[in-house]
Amino acid sequence: MNYHFDFGVLLNYAPMLAHGVLITTELTVIGGGLGCVLAVLCAWARTGGPAWLRRPIGAYVEVIRNTPFIIQLFFLFFGLPSTGLKLPAIQAAVLAMVINLGAYGTEIVRAGIEATPRGQFEAGASLGMSGPEVFRHVVLLPALARIWPALSAQIVIVMLGSAVCSQIDVQELTYAAGFIQSRSFRAFEAYFGVTVIYLALALLLRLALRVGGRYLFPGQNLR
Amino acid sequence: MISFTLWDIFRNLLLATRWTILLSAGAFVGGGLVGLAVLLVRVLPYRWAVRAARLYIELFQGTPLLMQLFLAFFAPALFGFNVPAWIAAWSALTLWAGAFLAEIWRGCVEAIPAGQWEAASSLGLSFIEQMRYVILPQALRIAVAPTVGFLVQVIKGTALTSIIGFIELSAAGTEITNAIFEPFTVYGCVALIYFALCFPISRGSRWLERRLNVAHLTH
Repeated sequence: MNYHFDFGVLLNYAPMLAHGVLITTELTVIGGGLGCVLAVLCAWARTGGPAWLRRPIGAYVEVIRNTPFIIQLFFLFFGLPSTGLKLPAIQAAVLAMVINLGAYGTEIVRAGIEATPRGQFEAGASLGMSGPEVFRHVVLLPALARIWPALSAQIVIVMLGSAVCSQIDVQELTYAAGFIQSRSFRAFEAYFGVTVIYLALALLLRLALRVGGRYLFPGQNLR
Repeated sequence: MISFTLWDIFRNLLLATRWTILLSAGAFVGGGLVGLAVLLVRVLPYRWAVRAARLYIELFQGTPLLMQLFLAFFAPALFGFNVPAWIAAWSALTLWAGAFLAEIWRGCVEAIPAGQWEAASSLGLSFIEQMRYVILPQALRIAVAPTVGFLVQVIKGTALTSIIGFIELSAAGTEITNAIFEPFTVYGCVALIYFALCFPISRGSRWLERRLNVAHLTH
């Protein structure tokens, strides 16, 4: 092997990599946060919501879970403009991540809600609470605490999946790698370096979610 | 502008679907073999073996599949090899699937109560015999549904190989879009074909889970 590695070339592009990390983080925080909200709403609608909502949400979950993220992204970014809705790349990317996480999250949160003992619902009702009130004040928090590890894992998967957003010219980490590669012809160094950054981000995100879980669900028995 | 009927779009996409199916099958089989190897290394009674397996799984689950594809595509060039896109795609997907399958199957082996191991060893069975006659037959039952479910992830994963230049369903979708400028229709059709491939498998996985009636064993 006559190849001489030159990882120093990455240092020349440090600002670009930092910007990439920033955008990837932004996508993850906004997409992850809104995705979780969508997941909770859909899970509520599927378990306790009106009957006419259950079928469409079931269809949404199945369609998203059985098609690749990249096609969902392309459909939103390239396909929707022909219906008159033109989104900037970064908004399309966030929307795709929210829709994607929303579908996987719905099933995860639903499992948490369904694991709630019947007595909890009955206890809430006997206090005179309405269905949504029981959900909001009695069921939701323990259910979320129960499935938090699974939801965290899904958020990490969505973060790693955001690498694809470079394909619609969102200037996140993978985009930076492609740019460095095209300028310096150091393809291996560029992609290897960025892969290491992704690994660090994934570990940090996992840690943040574990700490966040303790803060969000105080007193709940978190694993 | 070339004029394409809906059937023309569909026919061309279906032709490209062959490669999606072939790559998925190849990566699933390869990933299964890698996963099995990692699983076996992991149950070895050596600490370094467990650590190495853990590291492998951590690396492939903690980085984007897209990066793994890029590295599989560019790394061989360092040694002077120019690999075709399909080899890079297959090897990256195999290693990626292997990490996930190893982790899924580890869960299945660990779901077997410790008493089963103890009972087997008290009968004087060797480690291999314990695995072969006591643990694996039970673990396999639990493993079938999630393994079939993971096949859906592999099929969806193949969509990323279009980025390193492997021509399959997604790449065909992009090519047709570039020719006829109807992204809404074309990507809609692409999504439909992926759905037609994946949905029956998802359903099958859930059906198997109920049929093998192992939900109560896993938690």
